[in-house]
Amino acid sequence: MATTTPTKSKRAATENAATPLSNEELLRLYKQMVEIRLFEEKCEELYQKGKIGGFMHLYIGQEATGVGTIAARRPDDNIITGYRDHGAALACGMSARVAMAEMMGRVDGCSKGKGGSMHLADINLKFWGGHAIVGAQIALGTGLAWAEQYKKTGAVTLAYFGDGASNIGYFHESLNLAKVWNLPIVYICENNKYGMWTPVEKVSATTSMAHKAVSYDIPSDIADGMDLLDVYAKTQKAIEHCRNGNGPYFLEIVTYRYRGHSMGDQRAYRTAEEIKKWQADDPIGKFEDVLLKAGIDPTAIDAVDDEVKAMIEDAVAFADASPFPALDEIYTDITIE
Amino acid sequence: MTTLTIAKTIATALAEEMERDRNIVVLGEEVAAFGGTYGATQGLLDRFGPDRVKDTPISEGIIAGAAVGAAMNGLRPVAEIMGINFAFLAMDMIVNHAAKVHSMFGGQFRCPMVLRTTSGGGRQLGSTHSQTVEHLYAHFPGLKVVSPSNARDMKGLLKAAIRTDDPVMFVEQATMYSEKGDVPDDVDFLLPIGKSEVKREGRHCTVVAYSKMVGVSLKAAAELAKDGIECTVIDLRTLRPLDMDPIVDSFKQTNHCVTVEESWAMYGVGAEVAARLYETCLDYVDAPIKRVATKDVPLAYSGPLERYALPSVDDVVKAVRETVN
Ligand SMILES: Cc1ncc(C[n+]2csc(CCOP(=O)(O)OP(=O)(O)O)c2C)c(N)n1
Ligand SMILES: [Mg+2]
Repeated sequence: MATTTPTKSKRAATENAATPLSNEELLRLYKQMVEIRLFEEKCEELYQKGKIGGFMHLYIGQEATGVGTIAARRPDDNIITGYRDHGAALACGMSARVAMAEMMGRVDGCSKGKGGSMHLADINLKFWGGHAIVGAQIALGTGLAWAEQYKKTGAVTLAYFGDGASNIGYFHESLNLAKVWNLPIVYICENNKYGMWTPVEKVSATTSMAHKAVSYDIPSDIADGMDLLDVYAKTQKAIEHCRNGNGPYFLEIVTYRYRGHSMGDQRAYRTAEEIKKWQADDPIGKFEDVLLKAGIDPTAIDAVDDEVKAMIEDAVAFADASPFPALDEIYTDITIE
Repeated sequence: MTTLTIAKTIATALAEEMERDRNIVVLGEEVAAFGGTYGATQGLLDRFGPDRVKDTPISEGIIAGAAVGAAMNGLRPVAEIMGINFAFLAMDMIVNHAAKVHSMFGGQFRCPMVLRTTSGGGRQLGSTHSQTVEHLYAHFPGLKVVSPSNARDMKGLLKAAIRTDDPVMFVEQATMYSEKGDVPDDVDFLLPIGKSEVKREGRHCTVVAYSKMVGVSLKAAAELAKDGIECTVIDLRTLRPLDMDPIVDSFKQTNHCVTVEESWAMYGVGAEVAARLYETCLDYVDAPIKRVATKDVPLAYSGPLERYALPSVDDVVKAVRETVN
């Protein structure tokens, strides 16, 4: 895949290897990851041009986490995450057009331009946002799960947060309550090793996120966030656990963000070697190999790349053509009555 | 009409609403097995069962958080936070989430929840347990803040709060739970949120209060009437939205105003009411508007010290006399 981030698969493998997913499904998930990456690379460009404002946190490097987990959900399972939310939004099925319009503060954005990059959401996709107060989504997700339990829908909630968020009160209060109330929720810690510029070992009593679930008697697992199939399989198991009425589950996904914490982050808190090491294990490149091993034709992969490129260009054109909301819009949607 | 304590009124209103709508659920510390710290959820567990009436850990953040999340996802939670001083631990959830999820996502989400809590001093609990701080929440667009002064209003306004699709802070004064009042039996007895009420009419001074201070102000008005000073007493009932109409109407007649609140005066409800009167009725102002409030200190434990700091009937009487003279 041609991106500004090196991902090139070795394209060495030729033999057919078994995967739990059909080739069609493999291609679909590959496409989602490419879409997220190209979408965000375009966002970087637009941010530099001043077309996107505010705080913007890129997911590049973490694509397999969002795509692999969301691929395992039933359409009525809830997704809720933090401000690093572009990946989850697109993986949930939000169109790049609508997401891009929101990024640019336009009226056709998912939240009519009132939320921006950190607050993407689409209630129809059961994608509940995009929440920029660290850890709040853990509590809100717990509430979503409680409502599903009460309504006996069988729907499971997937609540995502970072390693940094595992130190906040909401995290601990939520895990405790979820266990006490036996709520159907998978807490997904995307451990990308840093909270802003601070490495996890400097601020967390344990560097194992999964270990934190132990004191709440919540079963847990650890997935390789650079390996979509591992993420997918472990999420399936986690969701099944919850769906069967066994209460909450905790999934730590070890991953890495290639870019800074947010746009404009030039701080030196990690080495070029470290970044390179992770990029050598790129989730998209790695998944490309899975596709090839499954016997998917390289031209089909190239076709997906081209399709996504066109899709992103189209999204930008759409967003750019969408007007800013009317100024009077500020007075709407504050209260209902 | 039935004579009920405020605690019983709240429990009754909750039960009636829960009977009407299965999506209403109650959660909080000690609300289920023991019927609430102040008895305001008494009997609900037996009647509606543990799925609908839930004791929680001592975790204010997740009490509010679970309520907001569940409200977004179709339930109508009534959360109890044991005291408004503890609600500071839930403040992020209330002001950053309950108040924002509707607007920030362009109207996609709703947050039909009520957060009930108690406010006020007078129980010798020391400075961290005696604050009156509901006006802080009234600062935030997206929230409604209701604080009734009597049993009848508790019923009508709590029901309205439960039925509105917006998040409501419902603030009860902690020393008033055993006060009795005549409460309409009608299960659909509703009072509008955002309407103040004229409790007494007089031509010399407009006294504006809410919650416990309405009673204090009415006593002061009765006292003043003996000397021929006639006060209009207005109960705000709701801090947001704030209904200024009866206040403005009255002030145009009396040309004098005293505000009474149990919180501190600085940046408070009285400041807001006075500012609005100065903005809209400057030509009618005959004397500076006075604010009666708790003295600008943390409340002390010792009985005489606490009573000295809190606003009293005498304080209101004195303020009105100074204003009208
Ligand atoms: C309550 C709160 N405190 C601080 C911040 C500022 N902040 C935003 S992101 C962040 C780091 C979070 O790190 P982590 O949870 O590991 O997530 P990541 O950004 O790595 O995905 C901080 C401190 C915030 N948004 N909210
Ligand atoms: Mg992190």
